[in-house]
Amino acid sequence: MEHIEKNIKPYEPSFTTMVPTNVVRFFRTCLIWQFIRFIIINIKMLQVVRKSHH
Amino acid sequence: MARVVVLGAGVSGHTAATFLRDWLGSEHEVVVVTPNSKWNWIPSNIWVGCGEMEKEDVVFELAPVYEKAGIDYRQAKAVSIHPEGGENEEKPYVTIEYTGQGKEGQSETVTYDYLINATGPKLNFGATEGLGPDNGYTVSVCTADHAVHANEELQKCIAKMKAGERQKIVIGTGHGMCTCQGAAFEYVFNVEFELNKAGVRDMADITWISNESFLGDFGIGGLHLKRGGYAASSRLFAESLYAEKGIPWVIGAHVNKVEPGKIHYEQLDGSTGELEFDFSMLIPPFAGVGLKAYAKDGSDMTDKLFAPNGFLKVDADYTAKPYEEWKASDWPRTYQNPDYPNIFAVGIAFAPPHLISKPMKSPNGTPINPTPPRTGMPSGIIGKTVAMSIRDMITKGADKPTHHASMAEMGAACVASAGKDPIHGMAAALTVYPVVPDFDKYPGIGRDLDYTFGEIGLAGHWIKHILHHMFIYKAKLKPGWTLIPE
Repeated sequence: MEHIEKNIKPYEPSFTTMVPTNVVRFFRTCLIWQFIRFIIINIKMLQVVRKSHH
Repeated sequence: MARVVVLGAGVSGHTAATFLRDWLGSEHEVVVVTPNSKWNWIPSNIWVGCGEMEKEDVVFELAPVYEKAGIDYRQAKAVSIHPEGGENEEKPYVTIEYTGQGKEGQSETVTYDYLINATGPKLNFGATEGLGPDNGYTVSVCTADHAVHANEELQKCIAKMKAGERQKIVIGTGHGMCTCQGAAFEYVFNVEFELNKAGVRDMADITWISNESFLGDFGIGGLHLKRGGYAASSRLFAESLYAEKGIPWVIGAHVNKVEPGKIHYEQLDGSTGELEFDFSMLIPPFAGVGLKAYAKDGSDMTDKLFAPNGFLKVDADYTAKPYEEWKASDWPRTYQNPDYPNIFAVGIAFAPPHLISKPMKSPNGTPINPTPPRTGMPSGIIGKTVAMSIRDMITKGADKPTHHASMAEMGAACVASAGKDPIHGMAAALTVYPVVPDFDKYPGIGRDLDYTFGEIGLAGHWIKHILHHMFIYKAKLKPGWTLIPE
């Protein structure tokens, strides 16, 4: 949680938002999980592309 | 025989011209007039601006591509439109001034049956004193050359940090009426990533400054995403990322002057402030390119064809009305000019009916709000839609546009890079549907939550990288290019 201790200061604007924990940060670059997300995001984006062409 | 003239070869104009060329038989002509000899995949300028790509990776020569496609290419800038013809010319025409092909400075008239204005924006650095790389003190990533210069300045900054000199970095928007916050968003996180990679992050104070009234507005009034069982505002999404990366923010800010090493700004609450900087990338406001329009008798009718900001009027509802009365149906569907049905405007060149974000002013009367983005996916879709309509008007005799693409009925997929690396890189992958919120159809948040989502991760970086290659492949008209969606 070094990024939280370093970057968040009491009662500054950053104090009132949510900050990712180490687990979330790990999954952001976890190759297996990100490969799964890659497939899912592509499918979602293609759905939006399809809905946008009339 | 019909001749279609396309002014501009950016995402929207290039899309329209290439599809028209593909669909229309050889008895019809497609002419592209653009002052640049190269096509630029602008989203990747971000990576040029931080040294992760070369200029040559994001541009290619247009002439051979258009020659292969059978498009009549004139490297020239459009100067004026004469929709009723002129004294010695019955047909409507445009006047152009060459910038290349060995005819620099020469003027010419080009008649048309259909005209697509896809001139994109004028980068209006002049709106803010001291803004920009040419006559100012900030850098830009809006063109490939600007991005090359931005990287040179960034590398000098990194070298100073390596030598033990602390540096102040300010990135964001350089005027209260800027659009394209996403590009600055990408750049700030790529710079942060590069500083980490260079081992000098602790030597840099990075600050974000923007005209958004809340972080994550992006010029589209923000969006909501399904996250952890909530419909969470993009404000949380954006603030979280800035807080995580240790980047403080100044928002609701109109940068009114830049001096060497100092940015002056006014905020929505009327207060003023200053930010010191050693390196600053601020996006300029956009304006129309300054095309003029003349009637048959030679009288100036620029005001009839263009909105005051220089963008071309299309089938939108331009009635001035308060934010509370804005409707999704105000937005154009066919991009046809109401007075001259053979003129269309696509991409950034069309005049939006109003902002997408809520209009705001400081107590001093200074408007501070993002203007509507019309870039990327919407730009490509609009270009293709107008091309389909013109094709049907030429080949099927349709008397009005046959296809529509309202930004209030269209989604957009956006991938904002936050670090270029195949293993450790990241990007925010977002979709929004529709781009212009429709509060009648989707009360509350104005958008369909099933098709509006976003997340940060390495997968987004892979997608961004694939899109880079895919769209350059498509723009080069390589085999199967028509199968790649806009």
